[in-house]
Amino acid sequence: MAKRKRIGMEVALAAAEAVGMCDVDVAAVYPITPQSHIAEHLSDLVADGKTDTEYVTVESEHSSMSVCIGASGTGARTYTATCSQGLMLMHELLPIASAMRCPVVMSVANRPVNAPLNILSDHSDIMPQRDAGWIVIFCENGQEVVDLTLMAYRIAEDKDVLLPVIIGIDGFILTHMVEPMEFPDQKEVDKFLPVYKPYATLHPDKPLTMGAFAMPDIFPEMMKAKDMALINSKKTIVKVWDEWEKKFGRRYNPVETYRTEGAEVILVTMGSMSETAELGVDMLRDKGIAAGVAKIRLWRPFPVDELKAAVKGAKALAVMDRAVSPGVGGAPVFTEVKAAFYDADAKDRPVIVNWVMGLGGEDVTGEDFVEMAEKALKAKKGEYEFFGVR
Amino acid sequence: MSEVNWWEIEPGNIVFEPGSTREYHTGGWRSLRPIWDNSKCIKCGVCYVFCPEGCVSQDEDGYFTADLDYCKGCGVCAHECWPGAIEMIEEGG
Repeated sequence: MAKRKRIGMEVALAAAEAVGMCDVDVAAVYPITPQSHIAEHLSDLVADGKTDTEYVTVESEHSSMSVCIGASGTGARTYTATCSQGLMLMHELLPIASAMRCPVVMSVANRPVNAPLNILSDHSDIMPQRDAGWIVIFCENGQEVVDLTLMAYRIAEDKDVLLPVIIGIDGFILTHMVEPMEFPDQKEVDKFLPVYKPYATLHPDKPLTMGAFAMPDIFPEMMKAKDMALINSKKTIVKVWDEWEKKFGRRYNPVETYRTEGAEVILVTMGSMSETAELGVDMLRDKGIAAGVAKIRLWRPFPVDELKAAVKGAKALAVMDRAVSPGVGGAPVFTEVKAAFYDADAKDRPVIVNWVMGLGGEDVTGEDFVEMAEKALKAKKGEYEFFGVR
Repeated sequence: MSEVNWWEIEPGNIVFEPGSTREYHTGGWRSLRPIWDNSKCIKCGVCYVFCPEGCVSQDEDGYFTADLDYCKGCGVCAHECWPGAIEMIEEGG
């Protein structure tokens, strides 16, 4: 494996650089903080002739996703990026992109949703998109943003997948951080990511219908087909990640683990918080507490088996949620994790505590993870708490 | 429509056969049927213009009828017909 130069770069720019290497045909991006640097840098790359991409300057996120779906229908490789209110405005189109099996790739610079207005970071924008039928992958550092963006089109366009992909990049904490990263050469990317061969395209010489009306005599079958497409996509996702490891040496898994061997308490995390949780686990281990981290990389399709394997043997799980699901008594990641253990034998069922934390860009430190893990270890039954809330 | 299982559905629910919507007879939705009284009809063609299904056509004598395979019985033609030549009658009544 070639020794590569590491380049210091802001992660948002690196995301745009990665997109610029993917021979994207059509990009329609409406700028919104903290995604704006992705939109700006990609438009620089297009203007400088570094990528042969049609950059459509749309008037809203509703239009950006509409452009992506329409262009994808003609067989174009498409890209967009957004977050927060932009993602909410786009929401109507997301289930259409997945049902029409348009392999759009979208970077989401995760940010809270209004109100109150807040431009920093949490997962409140992505959670309402859970059931849109997209593949959703979370990153914890800049290198992962580069790698997972480059792999996204390979996954999305695979004939066994044909689904849109969201790459979750926590706003500011990741997007605005300058980090050292390695990039493959353009030739390597071209080899890894061949020209997109669409399943079908809109063309006047060969008329066909996309997005037809459906009555109850076929609608449930279509929904089942959509669900199965997302569930079955996991096989291809893992296959592409395997191939990446062989070519570039970095391994990606649906659920990543850190020091989980013999762990009594495991922090279940997602996104940029995971590296801070590792710091917390190091502190816990220094104190003689057997702790580990299980990091959910693949949010959709949800990796139930991988999660159960990753936390096997733990007495307690502290599930971190950077979003609220009002009125449920548990936040989104927690409810999924809890559901995963419903069928487990009592002896294999850990106490599962839910910590809602890091809302609106609130800092969560290694010490905070220590406290959350220790409290989870003492809990006799499941709890749902907002960490540190007065 | 023939019975199609979920695994037989084209990815993206794509329909590769142009014009296949014709096979779907929306006339099955109808509960009211338009009946023309040709003695009142002035052959103006308002019914033909306003029919949202495009299923009203003119015969050789210049009078109008609806293709009942597609007429949903919406009554727009009867509402728009200013000489009052179209009556909506209940199906099966």
